[in-house]
Amino acid sequence: MSESSVRPSGQTSGAPFETSSGRLRPGGRAWTRSTARAFQGAVGKMPWLTKICFLWLILVILAAALADLIPGLADPNYQGFVFGDGKTNEGPTASHWLGTDNVSRDILARLIYGARVSLIFAFSLVAAGIIIGGTLGSIAGYFRGPLETFLMALVDTWLSFPALIGLVFVTTMLGMRNLLVLVLVGSIFVWPSYTRIARATALSVSGQDFVTAARAIGTSRRQILVREIFPNVLPAMLAYSLVGLPVLIILESTLSFLGLGVEIPTASWGGMINQARQDLLINIWPAVWPAAMLFMTVYSFNNLADWVRKQAAARSAAI
Amino acid sequence: MAISQEPVDTSTPSESMEGSEILRVEDLHTSFFLPIGELQAVRGVSFTLKRGQSLGIVGESGSGKTVLARSIMGLTLAKHVEISGKAFFNGRDLLTLSRREMRSLWGTEIAMIFQDPMTSLNPMVKIGRQVIEHLRQHKNVDRREAKQIALDLLNEVRIPEAESRIDRLPHELSGGMRQRVSIASALACEPSLLFADEPTTALDVTVQHQILNLLSREQRQRNMTMVLVTHDLGVIAGRTDETLVMYAGKVVEQAPTAEIFDNTQHPYTEALMRSIPRTSQPSHTPLAAITGRPPVATHLPKGCAFSPRCPYVQPRCHEEDPSLVSIGTSEHKAACWYPVGSDANREAFERNLSDRLPQTLAVAEALDADQGSETSADVPDGELT
Ligand SMILES: Nc1ncnc2c1ncn2[C@@H]1O[C@H](COP(=O)(O)OP(=O)(O)OP(=O)(O)O)[C@@H](O)[C@H]1O
Ligand code: SF4
Ligand SMILES: [Mg+2]
Repeated sequence: MSESSVRPSGQTSGAPFETSSGRLRPGGRAWTRSTARAFQGAVGKMPWLTKICFLWLILVILAAALADLIPGLADPNYQGFVFGDGKTNEGPTASHWLGTDNVSRDILARLIYGARVSLIFAFSLVAAGIIIGGTLGSIAGYFRGPLETFLMALVDTWLSFPALIGLVFVTTMLGMRNLLVLVLVGSIFVWPSYTRIARATALSVSGQDFVTAARAIGTSRRQILVREIFPNVLPAMLAYSLVGLPVLIILESTLSFLGLGVEIPTASWGGMINQARQDLLINIWPAVWPAAMLFMTVYSFNNLADWVRKQAAARSAAI
Repeated sequence: MAISQEPVDTSTPSESMEGSEILRVEDLHTSFFLPIGELQAVRGVSFTLKRGQSLGIVGESGSGKTVLARSIMGLTLAKHVEISGKAFFNGRDLLTLSRREMRSLWGTEIAMIFQDPMTSLNPMVKIGRQVIEHLRQHKNVDRREAKQIALDLLNEVRIPEAESRIDRLPHELSGGMRQRVSIASALACEPSLLFADEPTTALDVTVQHQILNLLSREQRQRNMTMVLVTHDLGVIAGRTDETLVMYAGKVVEQAPTAEIFDNTQHPYTEALMRSIPRTSQPSHTPLAAITGRPPVATHLPKGCAFSPRCPYVQPRCHEEDPSLVSIGTSEHKAACWYPVGSDANREAFERNLSDRLPQTLAVAEALDADQGSETSADVPDGELT
């Protein structure tokens, strides 16, 4: 997704956030090649800070995805002191590069596995938002009528409901807080904002000539929705996602910090900070590292989102 | 091509026969019901088109050309719209067809080209695919065949290096190239009737000529019937068989195109004629704009709609709306009490001149400035290729 997001397009009319980034092209080998070339070009044009942010994100994503394959990376839940081969609150050593926490677990391993939780949570919810919200919003914006009225009333009601409380409430009721449950319950709360954006975009896209042109060559309404509306709603969704990702990462960390995220001992940044809180005066590092990770990742996403938005604006001004 | 529906009318259309009637519009009215009142965009338009013929519809912005074309095509215009009248296409009244029935005609029988090639192509889909999907929608061809047909079409509309351009997105092409793609797409399923709504207005002058010539060539080669909508009389000169001049939703003059130029009857047509850029004039000569503005369609003046701007206006014009009647030949019709060239018209002009009517003075001035050069508008040749 970051691939397509860094290639902003012009087509922005009416989309909230007035970005619409990402040129999605249908498959094909030529496409892969030209995308790769465009991708290189786009990265080359980034200011140095954005480049660093971009590289950082790639590093975090790769590490999280390939954590199990990293040679020599400790088990994030292994408590050495229980077996007599590790110390608690240890400083950096050759075997524990970032030291250990107050129950002697390897901090680096927990940071990497914690990234996995944050990223899976954020990306899954974004995907859910795009799929559910994009579909409902496009249908509402293109077909209009009573369905639209109903959906939008639902969205407005839903958005006025405090999502964080809802999320905590539902997970507590369920009594289960693994990642899958968090994502499923989270989806209930992300779709409305995506629906709203998709509908606004679909509404402006529907009024454009190419939709009338499609009708004038006998395209059915369903096909128009799939071929003309969706592809033009998607960039707005992706642009919004880039802004939404860091928010979701913070949400996950907040939940974990409050002890309401994934169940312990699963590593998560918020959970690590919470854990370190107890011994903060003895050893501050187990709290500093996850906080720094959180900060850098969120900052990087925001910086990149900002750059993409500027590119899209420049592009649409040029068209 | 064949429509296996019985003709509603008594006149049996023989489909393949050249010169048979393909479209007959009778007393078409289109009104929008807006909060500020009823907006009569089209007010009783009638015309007939034979297979293979081309018709130019000319008028200023807001005269109802687009609404007329879209009403006939059955493309929804707005929510609060009322269309009445008849539009027989091969004997079937289009205005009575269901959306399903219309859809079976769209693309294969009737197609449309839009004004702005920037917005009439999907910005997110490769141009080749836009043509291919259209083909596959109506024709039973596989992907490869469709691609070949699409390539042939793109070559036919003279897109250089079509093989490499087929994978481009619309924004990677120039305006003229995009309009060629739109044309290729519209022609893909060989429609028998093509509406072109100001197909060149958004393009620059040299490209305009190329696109118009392309359209004319395709129209003749395919024996297609074409309706060419424009606000520029110069665009239809030498390109269409018939011309319909529209003002405020009504046809004010209707004649074979050559006749319109040689024997202008309506003061509005005459005014349009004066605003054609002339090749004989040095460039940068300001065009003679028509004095005043077109009427707001919700508040039409009483009597002739052109009366507030007409240099020949007389008291009668403010009272009675002239109807479209044959003048000279039966093929030439105009709606005016004082048609251009008549004695009554000359008297009206003199009278208004001595009354110092602003629009009459403006015309007199333009005529003075023209002294020496020929007085009848010389029209840029529509060089056909
Ligand atoms: N969807 C609509 N709702 C309300 N009024 C409309 C609508 N479409 C057109 N009109 C009005 O109908 C009248 C005729 O418009 P139309 O677009 O047909 O003009 P036109 O001759 O095509 O002009 P142009 O050269 O600008 O394209 C105008 O007064 C316009 O404001
Ligand atoms: S002379 Fe009268 S009727 Fe003729 S166009 Fe002028 S105002 Fe209308
Ligand atoms: Mg128009």
